[in-house]
Parts: sequence; structure tokens; C-alpha cells
Amino acid sequence: MRARLGPERLRELSLLAVIAVSVVVFSRLVDNYLSGSFFNRVTTSMAITAVLAAAQTLVILTRNIDLSVGSIVGVTAYLTGEYLAGHQATAPLLAVALAMGIGAALGLLNGTLVAYGRVPSIIVTLGTLAIYRTWLIDHAKARTITADSLPRWLVEFPQGTVLRLGGLDIRVVLAVAVLVIVALQLALGRLRWGRWVYAVGSNPDAARQEGLPTERIILGAFVMCGALSGLAGFMFLSRFGTITVAAGQGLELAAVAAAVVGGVSILGGSGTLVGALLGALLIDLLEQSLVRVPEVSEFWRDAVLGALILLAIAGDLAIGRRLRRLWTSSSRREREASVGG
Amino acid sequence: MAERVLRWRTELLLAAILLAVVAVNVSLSPFYLRTGNFVNMFQLSIEKAIVAVIMTLVIVNGEIDLSVASVMGFSAAVVASLHDSGAVPFAVAVLVALLAGAGAGLLHGLFVARMGLPSLVVTIAGLIGFRGAARILVGDRSIGDFPEWFDRLGQEPLVGRFSLALIIFLVGIVVAGVVLQRSAFGRAVYVIGNNAEVARYSGIDTARVKLVLLTTSGFVAGLAGVLFAARLGSVRGNLAEGFELDIITMVLLGGVSIFGGSGTLVGVALSILIILNLRNGLGLANIQATTQTGIIGALLIASVLVPNLVVRFGRRWRRAAPEPGEVRPIQRPATVDTRRKE
Repeated sequence: MRARLGPERLRELSLLAVIAVSVVVFSRLVDNYLSGSFFNRVTTSMAITAVLAAAQTLVILTRNIDLSVGSIVGVTAYLTGEYLAGHQATAPLLAVALAMGIGAALGLLNGTLVAYGRVPSIIVTLGTLAIYRTWLIDHAKARTITADSLPRWLVEFPQGTVLRLGGLDIRVVLAVAVLVIVALQLALGRLRWGRWVYAVGSNPDAARQEGLPTERIILGAFVMCGALSGLAGFMFLSRFGTITVAAGQGLELAAVAAAVVGGVSILGGSGTLVGALLGALLIDLLEQSLVRVPEVSEFWRDAVLGALILLAIAGDLAIGRRLRRLWTSSSRREREASVGG
Repeated sequence: MAERVLRWRTELLLAAILLAVVAVNVSLSPFYLRTGNFVNMFQLSIEKAIVAVIMTLVIVNGEIDLSVASVMGFSAAVVASLHDSGAVPFAVAVLVALLAGAGAGLLHGLFVARMGLPSLVVTIAGLIGFRGAARILVGDRSIGDFPEWFDRLGQEPLVGRFSLALIIFLVGIVVAGVVLQRSAFGRAVYVIGNNAEVARYSGIDTARVKLVLLTTSGFVAGLAGVLFAARLGSVRGNLAEGFELDIITMVLLGGVSIFGGSGTLVGVALSILIILNLRNGLGLANIQATTQTGIIGALLIASVLVPNLVVRFGRRWRRAAPEPGEVRPIQRPATVDTRRKE
């Protein structure tokens, strides 16, 4: 039992507790809060943040950071939209592959500079954040992708429902996001590659001396981050339909915030994708809930959100510390008991 | 002597880049060398340069403050809303705004220094939160009609050709440089940035240093916000939005390690000059501001990549073991994956 309740599980549990408390508090403040339509709004907006948070987590686990994800979302959303507007008959899977391919190529550039050029990731991605956006602005020449130029299936995609549970619709986007994250989490936990990612992030020098291919692992993390950002770009395109050159601006901060709120250590080597998913859920839940509290005007939203994020990490820290202390003291007692007996 | 040259390797490289940029600019446009152009060039980004000075100290200390642009917006919004309500004399409003900036920094500092939360996370929350606070105060209005002396302070030179903001920048960078290089506090900033554990064991009050730096960072950002409001003559909720990237670029291009513990204000001053001259030259060559940002991004990457490659290929050429007593070039701690030094 305790083997399964490691410190990372405890973190996720404490985060779930924070989420549950906020749902209860908001349901007191807002009439008709626990409704199907609200569930849909939170889950569709969360899907994009969650995919980006997972992408960011893969990179953060290797003790790097990718600040260019917002620009990658913008570039992939725009280019995919542009292609689909000209090729209406494109198969949906091909469109997704196109978006992820463009994202992976941009991630490859980031990863090569970091892993082989030995430039710190924050410098590389701060640079490519500007470079990718600049390229998009030059390429777009002030044209905007509009929803009516896109194929019908794409515009209807966000309304697609996988299954219905009572009054709740599980949207395709949510299902895709959760599936991707669970699959990657399993891979991180079970595959040798996953252990390597954690090893590189925990202690890069030790990993290199063990003979791990650190460069390739870091490069791989950036390419996957780019591909997932491309997937998020596709979701962004289908959700909004209208894509300007500013699309996705600032999403990198949401991604980092979600990952960090989800307990992913910014110093690398610790954290889970499920944690990042919960972090994204908490942030989007707070954002969407605040809009519905009558006392909170639209101007108040950001201020309260910032305060709540601080409160959430501080609370999470306090709960986590207490749980960990309980956990270690109880295991010590057990060990002493077994020695004594 | 050789050692001394190697120690200032980054700064020498930056000086060479600066000379190249200036040379290209001179050949590009006859307007470049006019004094009016130089004054103008500084005037347009002076608030960012002011904040970059304190950001240098914060990053050398191994922390980061992503909230500066939002705190700029927040303090400007405080001035504007107090002026708009007419409750207090304008000078008092300015004073309150400066205190508000320091208060914002103090709040971040308490979370980082006392609770031990990473500054990256705390100041991301601050970035969202204080931007929100600015929006609450200003709403979707644009508040202007400030007293004439305030507008003039922001828009006209105060002494000779120097505006108040420029004087604050020059005094600030000299004071900060002396504090960083010549005082016990400055040494503590470097030591903590190099290795916080060692610093703690050697009796440095790391929490206090962080608290002081983050509070000062908030105060300086607040000051820069008020100066920006004076220069623009009006305040909106999105004032200075997104400036944090430019400010951090100024610091990192100056050779300050993002992992803390190394970098000088001389490097940052050179990097500010490079960025200003580059933007100015590109502007004179009719290249748009967005493209300029992309070029500066590429320069940022190149400034670390090129020396890395030179060192690596240089080593490949002379594979021989180092002579006893040989001075190896001091490398920046720019290895790919040491976010924190052991």
C-alpha cells in the first residue's frame, strides 16, 4: 500500500484536495454551478493547457525549460489553418500529423541548440520565442485565418462527444488530452527511456558518467515537447477558428504555471504528467469559475487568479510537508517495531 | 595580464559586437551620428534599461523576477487612479505608487525567502496578479491629464540633454555596480548565486539578501512604471505588458548566467547599448519592430553558442593535456543541464 503512496502520489492527492475545496467553495458562491455546460467549458479550455503542461513537463524533467511553446502553438495553428483552407479534402488525421510535424521540427531546432550547442535552454527558447513569432508575422503579412475558410469537420471538432455520463459530455479534445497524458505517463514510469529522463534531470553529471546518452534524451524531450505543442496548436485552431499572428501568445506562462502548480520541480528530475494535468485543471477551473462569480468583475479575474495560484502552491507545500512527515514517521515506527519484534 | 583578459572575455566579445553594430549603422544612415538620434534611442527604452540593472543583481543571486512588467503597470495604475479620484495631491499619489511597487516586491520576497518557494513560480503568480490589479484600478479606460510638471519630467530633458529617467539609469547602474563588485552585500549576492548551501554554512543570511533584492526589484519596477507613465502622458491597464522578456534578454545577453553566480554590470551595460543601437540601426534601415525582436532573439542565442563552439573546436585542435599552470579560458557555466550547481 505504502509503495504506491510515494511522495509524488501524496502531492497529487493534496492537489486534488485543493481542487475539491475550490469546487465546493465556488458551488456555494455561484447558482447552478455544478452543471453540464460548465463542465464542458472547463474541460475544453483545460485540454489545451493540459497538453502544453505535459509538453513542458517532459522538458522540465530533464532540467530544462521551453519558453517557446506559445510561439510554436501560434505557428502550427496558423500554418495548419492555412493549409486546410487551401486543401479542404485533407483527412483529419493528416491534419493532426501536419501540425505535430511542424511542432516537432521547431522543437528539433530548440533541442539541437540546447543538447549539442550547449546553450542554456532558457536562452535558446527565449530567443526562439521571438524568432518563431517574428517568422510568423513576416509570413502572414497581416492576413488572418477565419473560421469560414476552414473545413466543416474542423470547426465542429470541439463539439464532438465521445461518451455521455449522466448529464456530462466527455468531449473528444478532453479524451485526447487525457489519453496522451496517461500514455506518456505510463511510458515515463515503465520504459527505460522514462527512467533515463528522470536520471538526466536529477543529476546530469552522474547520468553522463553512467554512460546515458544525455544529449539524445534532452533532444528527444524537446522534439516531443514541440510535437505536443503542435497538437495543442491544432486544438487551438479548431477551438477558435480565427487565427491571427498573435495566436497562442503567453501560453508558455500558463504551461509553466500548470506544471509547477502540479508539483513538477523546476529543478528537474521530479514530478509527474498526471500532476501537470491536475495543475492545468486547477488553473482553468479557477479561471472559468471566477468569471461566474457575480461579485467578481472581469477586471478582478487576473488579480484573484494570481493570488489563488500563490495560495495553491503555498497550501500544497504545507499539506505535502505534513503528509510526508506523517509518512516517514509511520514507516520509521513500523521499522522499529519489526526490529524490536 | 592574460588572466585578466580572459576574465573579461565576455565583455570583450560584447564590446566587439557593439563596435560592429555601430560601424554598420554609421555606414547605413547619415542620420545615425546626430546627437538627437542618440538621445532618442535611449529615451525609447530607458524604463527597460532601469529595470535591467536590478534584474542583473536578482539573476546573479540565482533568482528571477518575472513580475517586473506587471509591477510597472501596477504602480502606474496606482498613480493614475489616485489622480483620477482626486483624493490626494499628485505628489502623494506618486509616493504611494512607489511604495506600492516596493510592497509588491516585498510580497514576492516573503514568499521566496521565508517560505522557500522558487522565485520563478512566485513571480509568475505576481505577473498574473499585479497585471490584474492594474486592470482593476484602471479598467478599460485611459487615464491622462496629469499635472504639467509630471509630463514635463517624463518628456523633457532635466539637465543638459539628460532626462530624469536617463539620470536615474546612469546613477543606478553606477551604484549597483559598486554595490555588486565592492561591498560585502555584493559578494554575498555572488556567493549565494554560486552555491546557496555553501553560503548558508558560511554564515550568510541568504533569506535576508533575497528579501532585500526582490523588494528592491519591486521598488525599481514601480519607479520605472511611474517614469513610463510620465513619458507617455497617460496610463492604460496594459502598460508595459510583455516587457519582462526584453528586460531579461538585456541581462542574459550581457553574459549573466541564468543559473546565478556570474556576470557583471559592465556586460549588461554593453548589452543594453548593443540592443539599443541594433534596434535603432534596424529602424533607420526601415525594418519593422517585430522583425527587430526576432533578430535580437537570434543574437541572444548566438552570443552563447558562438563562444561555446569556439572553445570546443579550439580544444579539439590542441588535444594535448594542459601545461602545468596553464590558464584555461573561463567558461561560462553554460553547460546544457546544470540548472543549479552542485
